[in-house]
Amino acid sequence: MATARAERLVNLVLCLLSTRQYLTAERIRAIVPGYADASTDEAFFRMFERDKTELRDLGVPLETGRSGAFDAVDGYRIARRDYELGDVDLEPDEAAAVALAARLWDSPQLTGAAHGALIKLRAAGVDVDQDVHVPVEPKVRATEPAFPPLLAAVQEGRVVEFDYRRPVPVEVRKRTVEPWGVVAWRGRWYLVGHDRDRDAPRCFRLSRIVGEVRAVGRPGAVARPDDVDLLSFVARTQRDPQTTATAKLWVAKGRGQGVRRRARPLGEREHDGVPGDVLEIELRFPDSAAGWIAGFGEDVVVLEPETLAKTVREKLVGALRGAGVKV
Amino acid sequence: MNAVNDRLPRLLALVPYLLARPGIPIEEAAADFEVTPKQLRRDLELLWMCGLPGYGPGDLIDLSFEGDTVTVTYDAGMSRPLRLTAAEATALLVALRALAETPGVVDKAAVQRAVAKIESAVGQARPAGVAVGLAVREAPETERVRDAVSDGVRRGRALRLRYYTPSRDEITDRVVDPMRVLLVEGRGYLEAWCRAADGVRLFRLDRIDGVEVLDEPASPPPHATPTDTSEGLFHPDPSQRTAVLVLEPDARWFAEYYPIEDLEELGEGRARVRMRYSDTAWMVRLLLGQGGEVHVEQPPDLVEALVRRAEAALRRADHLPST
Repeated sequence: MATARAERLVNLVLCLLSTRQYLTAERIRAIVPGYADASTDEAFFRMFERDKTELRDLGVPLETGRSGAFDAVDGYRIARRDYELGDVDLEPDEAAAVALAARLWDSPQLTGAAHGALIKLRAAGVDVDQDVHVPVEPKVRATEPAFPPLLAAVQEGRVVEFDYRRPVPVEVRKRTVEPWGVVAWRGRWYLVGHDRDRDAPRCFRLSRIVGEVRAVGRPGAVARPDDVDLLSFVARTQRDPQTTATAKLWVAKGRGQGVRRRARPLGEREHDGVPGDVLEIELRFPDSAAGWIAGFGEDVVVLEPETLAKTVREKLVGALRGAGVKV
Repeated sequence: MNAVNDRLPRLLALVPYLLARPGIPIEEAAADFEVTPKQLRRDLELLWMCGLPGYGPGDLIDLSFEGDTVTVTYDAGMSRPLRLTAAEATALLVALRALAETPGVVDKAAVQRAVAKIESAVGQARPAGVAVGLAVREAPETERVRDAVSDGVRRGRALRLRYYTPSRDEITDRVVDPMRVLLVEGRGYLEAWCRAADGVRLFRLDRIDGVEVLDEPASPPPHATPTDTSEGLFHPDPSQRTAVLVLEPDARWFAEYYPIEDLEELGEGRARVRMRYSDTAWMVRLLLGQGGEVHVEQPPDLVEALVRRAEAALRRADHLPST
C-alpha cells in the first residue's frame, strides 16, 4: 500500500476513534490529512468510499448516524468498545496451544486468517512463540478448488449451486444448497447444509464437486440451525460398516508380507507344489478385502470362505480384461 | 501473503504491540510480524507522522529510539489492537477445538482454557461454519505405536522400527532419528531421519509393526529439514513413470486417492487419466485389485506384468488343495 494512502487510513482510524460525535464526510475531508489532495468533490468521494470499504473489510466497525436533529447528513465514528480486542491473558501452556493451532492449516485462506489473529493477539500483549516444539503436529490441508468459494458462502450466509457427482449410480446433477458449514473429517472435506432439491439436510464431499461453485442470492439468506453439530453430522453419515469376517488363506513361503503381518499362522502346507503357510485373518473391511488379496497375485490363495475366493477370482479375471486380454 | 494488503493491519497492530513491550529490539518486533527490520522501520516512520486532529507535536504518535530498540511514548488513543474478524477467530478457534479433541497432541485442559479466553476476548466475532475432526481411524495396535513413537520424539531418543514397505511387500528393521509425528489427512506419520536411506522419510504409523525406544539420543543431521506438507505429502518425482488408465464409472473414486493428472472425460462417467508411479510391482498389485474397473493402456511392460501375474494367480487358485 502506498505510504500516502496508508498514512491517510491510519489518521482516519485515529480520528474516528477519538470522536464521540458523528463526523460528516465534509468534516473529515477538512481535518484528516491526505483528503485535501482530492481536487474535486467527485475525486474526494471516490477516495473516501474506497477507504471506508477497505476499513470495513479489515473488520473496523464504522458506525453511521447523526449527532443531533440539526445534522443534515449522516456522519461517521468508530465506537471504541466495538473496535478494541478485549483483554487476553494467556498462560505459557495456553500460548503454546495457540501457536500450534495457528500452524494447523495448510490452506492459503485459513493460514492467512490465523496469521492475522496471531498478530492481534501479540499486539494485545500475548507472547506466542511460533517455534514451540510438540511431539505430534497435526496439519489440515484444503486444496479442493471448491473450498474457498464454499467457505466464503458459509461465512456470508449465501446459497450455493454446484454440479455434484454421485459414485453409485454414477450421475452428475446440479444441487442447490443452503450451506451450514465445511467440515474436515478423517482427511476429507465435506459441505453440510440444507439440500433444497431434496428438502433435507445433506452432506457433500468437496472432491466430488464438478466445476465451479456459484453463490446465488443475497448474503445473510442462510440461517444455520442452532442445534446442528457439524462434526457429528458428518461422522454419522460417513460411518464405517461395523462388519468383520474371518478368512483362511494360503500364503507362499517368504511372500505376502502385507498379509502375514495381520494374520495368525495355523500351520505349513504345500499348494500347487509350492511350500507355504495357512493363515487365519480377521478382515475389518470385507468389501475391500477381495481387491487387497487379489493384489498379492499367485502368492496368496483364499481357502475359506468360498464367497471370498469367488470374489477374488472375479477381480483377477476383471484385471485381465482391463489389460485387454479376452477372457 | 499479500504484502500490500498486509500493511494496514500491521500498522494498526504495531502501536499496541510496542506499548506492551517497551524497549523491544526492532529486529525482534520485525520477526514477530514476519517482515524485515527495514520494512518495520519504514512502518514506524509512517506511524510517527500520524496522530489526532490538530496534528501538532502533542497530537502525533511519539516513539523513542534507543540503539536498536523502540518505545512508544504517546499512542494517540490507539492502545489496543482491533478485534479479530470472524474469519480470524474461526481459523484460530476451529484449530484449537480440533487440537483439544485429539489425544496426544497438547494438554487438553490448556487448549480449553485458551479457547475460553479467546472466545471471551473476541466478543461478537463468533466462529461458525468450519469444523475439523482430527481423529484418525486407527487400530488399537497403531495407537500403541503412536504412544511409543511420541515418547521417543519427546525424549529425543533414536528408535528401532520394524516397518512394512508395501511397494516392495517387505518388512525390514531400521534405526531412525525421530523428528516429529504428523497427522495429515486423517493418517498418522512419523517423520524421521532414516539412517539406512540417509534421508528424511515419512513412516505411516499403521505400517510400523514394532518400535523400540533406544538409549542413544536422536541426532538427525543439521541438514535434515521437515517435509513441507502444504503441497501434499508426496511430490511427483520426475524419475517416476506414467501409466495411462481408463476409469470405469465405479472406479472414479480412484482419482480421489491416487496422484492422477490430465483427467479426460470420455462420456457416460468414464475418464482417461495419467497416473505417476515409481514401482511396477506396487502398480500391478493395485491394478489386480480393481477387477477390471480400471483399464491399463500404457506402458506396455506394465500391461504385460499385470497379465502375467493375473494368469499365474488364476492358475494357482484353480489348483484347490484337498482339504
